[in-house]
Amino acid sequence: MRPIITVEGLNKTYASGHCALRDINLAIKPGEILALLGPNGAGKTTLISIVCGIVNPSSGRVRVDGHDIQRDYRAARACIGLVPQELSTDAFESVLAAVRFSRGLFGRAPNSAFLEKLLRQLSLWEKRDSRIMDLSGGMKRRLLIAKALSHEPRILFLDEPTAGVDVALRQDMWQMVQELRQQGVTIILTTHYIEEAEAMADRIGVINRGELILVEDKSALMEQLGTRQLRLTLQQPLEQLPPNLSGEGLSLSEDGQELVYTFDAQHETGIAQLLRRLDEAGVDFKNLHSKQSSLEEIFVDLVKEAR
Amino acid sequence: MNLHGVSAIYRFEMARARRTLMQSVASPVLSTSLYFIVFGTAIGNRMGDIDGIGYGAFIIPGLLMLSLLSESISNASFGIFFPQFSGTIYEVLSAPVSPFEIVLGYVGAAATKSVILGVLILITARLFVDYSIVHPFWTLAFLLLTAVTFSLFGFIIGIWADDFQQLQVIPLMVITPLTFLGGAFYSIEMLPEPWQSLTLFNPMVYLISGFRWAFYGVADVQVGISLLMTLGFLLLCLAAVTWIFRTGYRLKS
Ligand SMILES: Nc1ncnc2c1ncn2[C@@H]1O[C@H](COP(=O)(O)OP(=O)(O)OP(=O)(O)O)[C@@H](O)[C@H]1O
Ligand SMILES: [Mg+2]
Repeated sequence: MRPIITVEGLNKTYASGHCALRDINLAIKPGEILALLGPNGAGKTTLISIVCGIVNPSSGRVRVDGHDIQRDYRAARACIGLVPQELSTDAFESVLAAVRFSRGLFGRAPNSAFLEKLLRQLSLWEKRDSRIMDLSGGMKRRLLIAKALSHEPRILFLDEPTAGVDVALRQDMWQMVQELRQQGVTIILTTHYIEEAEAMADRIGVINRGELILVEDKSALMEQLGTRQLRLTLQQPLEQLPPNLSGEGLSLSEDGQELVYTFDAQHETGIAQLLRRLDEAGVDFKNLHSKQSSLEEIFVDLVKEAR
Repeated sequence: MNLHGVSAIYRFEMARARRTLMQSVASPVLSTSLYFIVFGTAIGNRMGDIDGIGYGAFIIPGLLMLSLLSESISNASFGIFFPQFSGTIYEVLSAPVSPFEIVLGYVGAAATKSVILGVLILITARLFVDYSIVHPFWTLAFLLLTAVTFSLFGFIIGIWADDFQQLQVIPLMVITPLTFLGGAFYSIEMLPEPWQSLTLFNPMVYLISGFRWAFYGVADVQVGISLLMTLGFLLLCLAAVTWIFRTGYRLKS
């Protein structure tokens, strides 16, 4: 399938001389949810801003649905909805007027029925006549989402959409993201809540100091880079590992109550062999559970390594 | 052409004017009326005619020009300054609208407001001063041309300004004094040399003189020159705006 967004050799050096992006190459598939992760100042917002036309690239090329973002900016931008990281909203406009404005700005004919549906979906319909300055922070965030969706974009950028949003609302938001995806909308999001990326994304991109250090299917990523652990709770605590058990990846917890077996998910697990040897050594266990490392742990390792 | 986009910007700006009716319409109409009362009705009777025109009527084109210039500039500059200041400009920058369409929306709205204001001032002036217009077409043409040109100029100032103070500085420190000294209250022929020649370096002289010609058929400088000067300034502003969008000056990092 042809990528919906292609980024080739993209560099950005701000006027201050700060190099925010270095040679970014990225192809985003239509209909996927891509999560961009990276520490503060990594360049996530810069990347999004360039694709959306808010920041000029220093060099490189970006195409959106086959349209060059500079030469053919109209066609490129018409497909994109952006929810910015900063809560920048007007103050005196009403909610409904703001959403109408966005729809018109993106060249769409007025459609009151659609906007009503959208505002209802985001629980903003009751507030449609309120001035924006009278909304709470979470409501403003939802208004920004409504503005981004008001022109029915095929690509949605969500730059930290859940910052400062309460738990219930966050779940609603992810519910909506899933619905949008089912309608075929491509979604690119950034977040510092990595469990969210883990729960939502199809693919994960990690940016660190302006470099895209990895883009990978989430499941493949967790499989390749994640390690797994098998923890066995013993019937009788052990003083030390029995000699025939000492070997790769096996350790005894401090209190001697647990055997911990760490293995690389990619390779032969060796669990069957381990259990056989335990039996031979006469070690009984009453319980076992396995644990996979979380995306968060993988992410922290990756960023540390790159440092 | 993204007409929905242009109209969205235009209507947004017009809605802003409706919310600030007192500031954007009532106060300039009131302050100009004060001049008409003081100079037209009260003192005007004691002043001699200039170029055969009663003093109260004589000052109308200049005062109208003053309001037109300062309102065009402050309206248009605020319209584009504020979204940059508050960050909401991101939406316009990310939208499928061309620079021309953005300018059309913002400057079109600012110029519309100025023209409405100009017409209101003309109507209120009639309450205090008796006057009639010799060239109605040219009056309207100068009104439109000035409103568009100086709204465009204001747009540029709005992009250039770093803070609210810089936004005010050009209308207050440059436009107002130049208008006062540009023959709003007198014919420049009344000035002694060298002031009379020096005054010709003041661009406001040409605007006011052209406008007065359209009103009463008398002018300090040839009306053709007035027209050319105004058009020249319009072209200068257009060139500056084109450059701004081409380089992304201040709008994009
Ligand atoms: N307009 C600007 N001028 C100069 N430098 C900038 C500008 N905008 C961003 N930067 C710098 O570029 C780098 C990347 O910033 P960016 O906002 O893209 O990071 P981010 O990954 O979105 O971070 P965060 O997670 O904090 O949102 C930072 O070092 C930042 O200081
Ligand atoms: Mg950011």
